[in-house]
Amino acid sequence: MAVKVVIPTPLRQFAGKKDSVDIDAKTVGEALAGLTSQFGDLRKHLFNEEGKLRSFVNVYVNDEDIRFLQKDQTPVNDSDVISIVPSIAGGSLIRCICS
Amino acid sequence: MSINFSPEQFESVRAHGARDYPNECCGILLGRADGEIKEVSEVVPLRNLRHDPGRAQELLPLEDPGRESEKNRFLIDPEDQLRVEKDSRQRGLDVLGYYHSHPDHPARPSNYDREHAWPWYSYVILSVERGEPREATSWVLSKDRLSFEHEELKLL
Repeated sequence: MAVKVVIPTPLRQFAGKKDSVDIDAKTVGEALAGLTSQFGDLRKHLFNEEGKLRSFVNVYVNDEDIRFLQKDQTPVNDSDVISIVPSIAGGSLIRCICS
Repeated sequence: MSINFSPEQFESVRAHGARDYPNECCGILLGRADGEIKEVSEVVPLRNLRHDPGRAQELLPLEDPGRESEKNRFLIDPEDQLRVEKDSRQRGLDVLGYYHSHPDHPARPSNYDREHAWPWYSYVILSVERGEPREATSWVLSKDRLSFEHEELKLL
């Protein structure tokens, strides 16, 4: 069963320049695992060193935030669309890390 | 690498920074990208969700809410983000990046900025000192996520 994962513009360079990828999966977790095993360079932008979804990365099934569904266990069907949307956050200088 | 604004668009970023002082302002930059050059065609000012600490904390918890607030942190509501993205896609525009202000701090990215960034996007930072907009700079995250690279910000 293939679900469509929409790739946001900044991450397309790590996903063969595709704007969406069809993945066989029954849950959101399986879809993201499938996506990052196909495109390994995506992994560090979605997951932290412990392999958990980064706190500022939001995943939606259709228009529902999976945080309020069953998180990575949220079931998906073949007509569903998974969107990856960053929480855009930031704040004032504590220590400059510019190059 | 450069991000190009018209004087009017750039002024709307500056005015937003002054208006929301002493809090951080934030917004989305829409337009078209051609290789290393981004042309801004619209500036979309948004609400800093840190103004609503309960909901913001639910979406992206702060480590130290006692010291971190809308004065030194911003958060764009992902629902605003999703809405603006869908709307811009329908109009053939891309989200090129984001802007935010640093009230009474230099226009330099913080470690917190880096931890919450993605590559490719432009992160424009406006310093606002005692209510007056000052320097603005633009930054792009390196592909290894370890540093920000300076990007030229041009007024055309």
